[in-house]
Amino acid sequence: MSTTGGTPAASTNGTTPASTGKPSRLAGPANWADERLGIGKSTKKQLRKVFPDHWSFMLGEIALWSFVVLLITGVFLSLWFKPSMAEVTYLGSYDQLRGLHMSEAYASTLDISFDVRGGLLMRQMHHWAAHLFIGAMFIHMMRVFLTGAFRKPRELNWIIGGMLLLLGILEGFAGYSLPDDLLSGTGLRIADGLVKATPVLGTYMSFFLFGGEFPGDVIISRLYIAHVLLIPGLILALIAAHMMLLVYHKHTQWPGAGRTNENVVGFPMMPVYAAKAGGFFFIVFGFTAILGATLQINGVWGYGPYNPAEVTAGSQPDWYMGFAEGLMRIFPGWESVIFGYTVSWNVMIPGQIIPLTMFAIFLAYPFIEQWITGDKREHHLLQRPRNAPSRTAFLAAMVTLYGLLWAAGGNDILAVVFQLNLNWITYFMRVAVFVLPILVFILTRRWCISLQRHDSEVLLHGYETGIIMRAPEGAYSERHLPIDPERAYTLTARERDEVYELESGTNEHGVAAPNARMQRFRARLSAYWYGYNVQKPTREELLEAHEHAAHELEAHDDQHSADGHQFDGRHDVEGEELTHRH
Amino acid sequence: MRLLPTRSQRGPLQRTARRLSTHRRSRFAGVAVMLAGLLVTGGAYALLSPAGASSEVTDDATSVAEGRALFLVGCSSCHGKNAEGIVTQRGTQYGPSLVGVGAASVDFQVGTGRMPMAAPGAQAPRKDRVYDEQETAALAAYVASLGPGPAVPDERYTDVSDATNEDIVRGGEFFRTNCTACHNFVGAGGALPGGKYAPALNDIEEKHLYQAMLTGPQQMPVFSDDVLTPDEKRQIIAYIKSIDEQPGYGGYGMGSLGPVSDGMFAWILGIGGLVGFAVWIAAHSTRSKKKVEA
Ligand code: HEC
Ligand code: HEC
Ligand code: HEM
Repeated sequence: MSTTGGTPAASTNGTTPASTGKPSRLAGPANWADERLGIGKSTKKQLRKVFPDHWSFMLGEIALWSFVVLLITGVFLSLWFKPSMAEVTYLGSYDQLRGLHMSEAYASTLDISFDVRGGLLMRQMHHWAAHLFIGAMFIHMMRVFLTGAFRKPRELNWIIGGMLLLLGILEGFAGYSLPDDLLSGTGLRIADGLVKATPVLGTYMSFFLFGGEFPGDVIISRLYIAHVLLIPGLILALIAAHMMLLVYHKHTQWPGAGRTNENVVGFPMMPVYAAKAGGFFFIVFGFTAILGATLQINGVWGYGPYNPAEVTAGSQPDWYMGFAEGLMRIFPGWESVIFGYTVSWNVMIPGQIIPLTMFAIFLAYPFIEQWITGDKREHHLLQRPRNAPSRTAFLAAMVTLYGLLWAAGGNDILAVVFQLNLNWITYFMRVAVFVLPILVFILTRRWCISLQRHDSEVLLHGYETGIIMRAPEGAYSERHLPIDPERAYTLTARERDEVYELESGTNEHGVAAPNARMQRFRARLSAYWYGYNVQKPTREELLEAHEHAAHELEAHDDQHSADGHQFDGRHDVEGEELTHRH
Repeated sequence: MRLLPTRSQRGPLQRTARRLSTHRRSRFAGVAVMLAGLLVTGGAYALLSPAGASSEVTDDATSVAEGRALFLVGCSSCHGKNAEGIVTQRGTQYGPSLVGVGAASVDFQVGTGRMPMAAPGAQAPRKDRVYDEQETAALAAYVASLGPGPAVPDERYTDVSDATNEDIVRGGEFFRTNCTACHNFVGAGGALPGGKYAPALNDIEEKHLYQAMLTGPQQMPVFSDDVLTPDEKRQIIAYIKSIDEQPGYGGYGMGSLGPVSDGMFAWILGIGGLVGFAVWIAAHSTRSKKKVEA
């Protein structure tokens, strides 16, 4: 372990790959194309785009690649799937349903599962990839959130990402509804109920959507067009916009020696990053194939064809809709009758108002945070989650809420698997969704602040070496050594938080500013947001601490082997103390 | 060993032989052959014993007497000395009256180990049976002698070895219409309010499937012969047995609990695995980079 050797700049992985001017390896054919299309010139800059290297920057890629898997497997499925609700007699090879009347959509799904070679694998891969797609978007979003990568100038990309997530969920719901089995029909029935809960317009909207009274005979073909054309098209367009903005803004990076708000250090797009990313596609594809081949998902043959008269225990939406299901399940059954019309608060609030509000807050978050903190600077360096304790804690609280709601949506499954009382789970959840997120918020914030404190400690007083020293008078202490400069740089490469200061509440005439109340609220929020954070040490504090440490090292060097010897009378003891502070 | 009680109920040898042939090459072959020997004796016994021919049960005075003796020891503490039921001071049933519940109810409750109930609870759970065939038959005979009630079903309706595919398909329709609401689409079980639950239906004996429908234990509705004819009950049984035996198309079913377990697997295995790969890829290149510079 070298603590003094090596200038920090020498060990960045920065400049070398970024500035390589190696001639392109794309020989003959590429040249041929280049001379005619001029691609080389226009893309040269793009090819040398730099991507920093960190595992958390690959989460978005998981989403991207699973989308590609969805496209591939989806096209395969669409070759056999018949989006029609016309009634047919099933004559395929699944014994338990042969001879039954069912919709063409369900029959063709059974055919894909049992009579098309590789069909079941494709169906299962498609469904697993859908889970991975949406799950990966979620964790990608969490990464962006926790590291503050959504801050100016990237707010728009955050919103695009949010739209992608919403579209992905809608696309998943549409796909889930296509096979027209008992569960998808039940899901559509719930969607129908949600639409109908809209005051005044509900029934009209439902009739419009289903082309008549539920279930009608057009919904599958309508959803099909949305599922294979409309939504994928939108998703593709948004992904393109997402990528273009990414290139335009350049990638964010972790702070480190040689990495500043003005540069990007990493690998050039060609060939390193492209090779890695391309390789990752095959990993995602292979992984999905393994899941699809070994784990059964959505075994529609067991559910049977949709029949409004039937319902089954274990009816659930796919997990990404689980939180909405949970909200519906734990919400009290409030209804009121106004002028003879029933207003279903019990569906409207948990099914429409709360999810939409949550989504709006999620989209607007960058602006909300900007408003609270008053921070309008551009940020290209990422923050460690601990250095934004309130934000990190907010996400932890939201994840807790989401998890609780998902669990509430599966309350019957929990009751069966863990032999719990269904009603108790509901009562517990009704309280827990309020209490636990707050608790988690407080705990996470304290945790982050403790970590910050630890960072400061390490910066000022060095790291714990594990060497125990014994003083002449018999006291024991542990020796601390300064951390290496690179790490110290990384730890200090963050901005100080600036609590929003209230401008004087009155103007020059002594009249209260019109929005004084708002401003005061904002100042209080800002103080709460930042107030308890541990700021990085000032230059003076650091210098002093280092002097102190150097001094100690020196004392250590003149033949005294142990800490504590600084008190041996031959040194100035002014301001001295044992290295180890208790 | 859970094969043993199931088999001893079945009797007909041709079914046993078919079952055995599928197991012949397994390492349990020896055990299976031994079981076969036991089964021949057990089957013969089952055919001759009172439970096999329910109409004669009530007439069999010795059986009733024996049942009464067993009842006084094992059941009367809750159901009362004459099976008239015991009402607690709060007015709830300690054990309900058994007059008129019939032999089928006793055979189901005792045969599935639900009775004697071990401890008061939301629902008497299925457990290892305490009374053997003959004792159960005696208890059933005793309770049946108290008042008319459904008898232990005829073998004709519980033997589904020669069910046609049409039977199975129709059974599936009945099953989805009448049973899945509580028991889940593949009979994996489901929760009911108040800590009660509808148990899983795999590995349940044909006879008990029939009796459950006939007597409607606890929260379960009674599907009398007017609602589902005996033949329709047989078709339901045939369907349940056929999905029980069907291979796991598409791989491991994760408990057949539907999308919730899918979601768990998607996150833990799917996202967890892929993030693991991402970490691996990123870490791999960083390390080789350092090597170059060192
Ligand atoms: C610890 C108390 C207890 C004991 C001991 C007990 N039972 Fe029960 N039994 C109950 C309760 C409570 C119920 C109703 C709730 C249930 O079925 O889960 C019941 C229900 C029954 C039923 C179903 C009645 C119906 O309406 O169909 C039968 C049959 C029965 N018991 C038979 C027996 C027999 C036979 C024995 C002795 C081997 C026995 N029980 C021992 C408490 C008991
Ligand atoms: C209203 C919900 C409900 C419906 C509908 C229902 N059951 Fe049940 N079923 C139950 C409950 C609750 C139990 C558990 C009773 C107990 O333990 O005392 C049960 C128990 C059973 C058992 C006994 C399982 C065991 O572990 O021994 C069988 C078999 C059974 N049901 C079959 C059926 C069949 C077949 C149908 C359709 C014809 C059906 N049930 C419909 C609620 C239901
Ligand atoms: C955003 C990406 C997508 C998501 C999240 C998604 C999700 C789903 C889901 C969950 C299902 C139900 C599958 C099942 O039966 O278990 C499904 C079915 C289907 N999807 Fe997609 N899908 C996506 C993109 C596509 C695309 C691009 C196509 C075709 C071009 C496609 C074609 C189909 C077809 C034909 C079905 C019905 C076949 C069947 O159910 O067996 N999907 N989709």
